[in-house]
Amino acid sequence: MAKSTIKLRTKEKGGKIQVKALIKHPMETGLRKDKKTGKKIPAHHITKVVVEANGKPVLTADWSGSVSKNPFLSFSYAGSKDDTVKLTWTDNTGKSDSIEKKIGEK
Amino acid sequence: MKKLISSVTLLALSLTPFVAAQATPEDDLKALRAYFKKNMPNPDLSDYKNGIYAFNKDARAQWEEIEEFPPYEIDLDKGKELWEKKFKNGKSFADCFGSDLSKIRPKYPYHDEAKDTIVTLEGDINKCLTDNGEKPYKWKKGNIAALSAYIAKAAEGTKITTMPKTEKAIAWYNKGKNFFYAKRGQLNLSCADCHVYSASKWIRGDNLGPAVGHTTHFPVFRSKWGALGTLHRRYGGCNKNIRAKPFKAQSDEYKALEYFEAVMSNGLEINGPGARK
Repeated sequence: MAKSTIKLRTKEKGGKIQVKALIKHPMETGLRKDKKTGKKIPAHHITKVVVEANGKPVLTADWSGSVSKNPFLSFSYAGSKDDTVKLTWTDNTGKSDSIEKKIGEK
Repeated sequence: MKKLISSVTLLALSLTPFVAAQATPEDDLKALRAYFKKNMPNPDLSDYKNGIYAFNKDARAQWEEIEEFPPYEIDLDKGKELWEKKFKNGKSFADCFGSDLSKIRPKYPYHDEAKDTIVTLEGDINKCLTDNGEKPYKWKKGNIAALSAYIAKAAEGTKITTMPKTEKAIAWYNKGKNFFYAKRGQLNLSCADCHVYSASKWIRGDNLGPAVGHTTHFPVFRSKWGALGTLHRRYGGCNKNIRAKPFKAQSDEYKALEYFEAVMSNGLEINGPGARK
């Protein structure tokens, strides 16, 4: 199994489900220049993040190059500790990755 | 008789050890700690490893949340990968450092009596690579920081025991001490100006961290860098900040400074890698 680019942590806190994710991605804006060649490094960043709980979306995000490298996402939603959470990202090159975990699963 | 007495006295005087003008490292340590205890908001000595977060409660709350799921987790994975990867000749880092990861970081920095130099963790990482026919890493960031972070994490909680014992080691210590207290750069500041005399005070939007506890949490993930960096990377950056020409990473100057700073953090726990602004 290929190594995931997503580290996902979920826990129940105060009646809500807290979701935290650290995603490995270069998030190139497309405006940076290569120091050696002087050419622009092509844009390569996540454009959409969808987080689903038991198949239903609880968060969708439209990202651009302004989000930093290896982005960290943190939010809560109203759910139960028996939920299964799935996070999927898609980037401007069409690549995507996803991870699925039960609440509290390491 | 008089001549005999005076010549004996002269002989006796010449035999008594010449007391060096500089205080011993142990004296310095006591003095510095006493200074901080007297002049600054007073956290527990064991909290000095957390730098400014020992004083600034608001920043500490935010920092603790970051450390719960820190940005350098990705680098720790990379560090593990590098540690386990075999060199072309079949050996690996464990052959240079031993397989008990928790015992490595506390050794450094140390004074090599035979070569009369200071040996740092990063120095030995690259020595291991070159000894085994591999290309050494760059000194300040990237793979060296990731591997150093992985090694530091394994020793979390171990106390720093760096203390020079021999004359040559003390000479290196004094070299670092003099660097620390000397003014430099266009802004004419010494390390001490900020990190001793102004520690815990505000500098624009940040607090100045105290020198005690400086080295415990390296390598450091600085939000400003968006990445991990080694201690010598920070030394260079700090020197640039006061508009002094930085020395090279792993130069004698920075190695001596690291040695001195480690002694000033003697007894504190290792807590690298750390997240900082």
